[in-house]
Amino acid sequence: MTRSSAATVAPGRRHRTRWIRPAPGVGRLGRGGALGLGLATLWLSLLVLIPLAAVVLKSFSHGAGNFWSAVTAPDALAALRLTVETSLLVSLVDVVMGTLVAWVLVRDEFVGKRILEVVIDLPFALPTIVAGLVLLALYGPQSPLHVNLAQSRAAVFLALLFVTLPFVVRTVEPVLIELDHDMEEAAASLGASRFVVFRRIVLPNLAPAIAAGTALSFARAISEYGATVLLSGNIPLKTQVASVQIAGQIESDNTAGAAAVATVLLVTALLVMIALTLLQRWARRRG
Amino acid sequence: MGIDVHHITKRFGDFVALDDVSLSIPTGQLTALLGPSGGGKSTLLRIIAGLEEPDSGTVTIEGVDATALPPQRRNVGFVFQHYAAFKHLSVYRNVAFGLEIRKRPKDEIRTRVMELLELVHLEQFADRYPAQLSGGQRQRMALARALAVEPSVMLLDEPFGALDAQVRRELRDWLRRLHDEVHVTTVFVTHDQEEALEVSDEIVVINQGAVEQTGTPSALYDQPANEFVMRFLGPVTHLGGHLVRPHDIDISLTPEPATHAATVSRIQRVGFEVRVEARTADTTDADEVSIQLTRGLADRLDLAVGQQLWLRASHDASALDLTDTPALAVS
Repeated sequence: MTRSSAATVAPGRRHRTRWIRPAPGVGRLGRGGALGLGLATLWLSLLVLIPLAAVVLKSFSHGAGNFWSAVTAPDALAALRLTVETSLLVSLVDVVMGTLVAWVLVRDEFVGKRILEVVIDLPFALPTIVAGLVLLALYGPQSPLHVNLAQSRAAVFLALLFVTLPFVVRTVEPVLIELDHDMEEAAASLGASRFVVFRRIVLPNLAPAIAAGTALSFARAISEYGATVLLSGNIPLKTQVASVQIAGQIESDNTAGAAAVATVLLVTALLVMIALTLLQRWARRRG
Repeated sequence: MGIDVHHITKRFGDFVALDDVSLSIPTGQLTALLGPSGGGKSTLLRIIAGLEEPDSGTVTIEGVDATALPPQRRNVGFVFQHYAAFKHLSVYRNVAFGLEIRKRPKDEIRTRVMELLELVHLEQFADRYPAQLSGGQRQRMALARALAVEPSVMLLDEPFGALDAQVRRELRDWLRRLHDEVHVTTVFVTHDQEEALEVSDEIVVINQGAVEQTGTPSALYDQPANEFVMRFLGPVTHLGGHLVRPHDIDISLTPEPATHAATVSRIQRVGFEVRVEARTADTTDADEVSIQLTRGLADRLDLAVGQQLWLRASHDASALDLTDTPALAVS
């Protein structure tokens, strides 16, 4: 493989050839492969693509003008802003804390490590309404800690932090375990301090996993319902998140309005995913 | 000068990896640390590099006590068995790494990196990523990367261990030529005695956490200090209570003084050499004498199975008298 590609290289000093080669077997689908592809496409269409298309269509069912007024209605706009802003903030905190927790879990030995491993997954396994209940009991009006966050935006932030905790930790952990420790030793013997090793060797290699975990965190955050609903008190224009606002619209029989807000959430999620993928590539190239 | 290791001891739990090892490695030479796996040679190399801390003892590099220095400040180039390539960086950026973190001017880095890539024959691969290189190319890149910061010593940990036989041989010759050009004090770890004999100026045989013998390749081969070194450096056979190399046995077709009578039990041709197994009166079936001959000699002697021979060690052979060397545990 190397030999054949070497033959095509002009002996220039810094050519900009990108080495993109299809994996062996790509483009030659056997009968089994064709069946698999067909099934996967059908499955994804039925479960994801068709329902999403239906939502988008529904949101425009009364014309673009109605779509626009549904989305820019004060309560919708406030809910969307609160949801997206808090989710971005939560994802940012997850990047730092998730990476840190993964680092501690992989690199450090301490008593209770196994227990912590299980605890990390709890927010994931717990029904979110139970999480909401726990948060209400701890930080509600009867807080044993005397911290009352009920009916505040901080409650939304806290609830989202709680449910998104595992994502970055769980995506970074396996990559960190597999990370070639020799690379770090090589960098150290070349004179790199611990910080430089982390910044220039470890972090770029974790970046794809961090980005993937952040995308999951963000997606989870903008769609969260159960955990936020109890403690935040769900006050329109103040602490109501988009998913609750959508549910309210449906209850008042405004399906098109609900679909419009849903479409905005959908597009936002898509944009964030694309942005993270691009960021990941850029980080990879820059090192 | 060079590298001085004084009374180094290193334990991993109950296992003693190095037991009071002292060693002097001369400047500008290519030295091999040779020994079986788990013998402590890699641990010693990592202690010299500062990647492992000794329990006791000191390391001096070019006259500077390095024992307490972190790897960053030892000015040592380290090459790993599995390349340790920075996967996310191009070949150019890999080699430039040490210079970039020293904040050298861009032009200087470019000149130096291209010079090194030329030295390791990778100049046309500057923009590739490690994953697009073969194992041999990756290891040459790792060498260039280590050389970039002008280390006072180069340490190579089984540098060719992960490569196939053909590439291994090529790189081995290339390393020897490179060292003749660059002259930096180099220590490499290997468990392959052929590699050590072929490439190095000096060999240190390490076994079970201790130095068995130090010397030039021919000194070690011809005057092994003990049974372990003799066995580890090449094939051996028993003749009349002595340990002898199979190619150091003279064959006579008629009885001569001070020879051992033997009967040929097997003849095997392997390319240019002929291996003969013979049984003497004092050897058992499982413990036959092996003799290695050139094809020409074998043809002239016209040997056949069942034939009677008289054997003795050549007069200049390295032979160990097994009766007065203390028995060594050789597994």
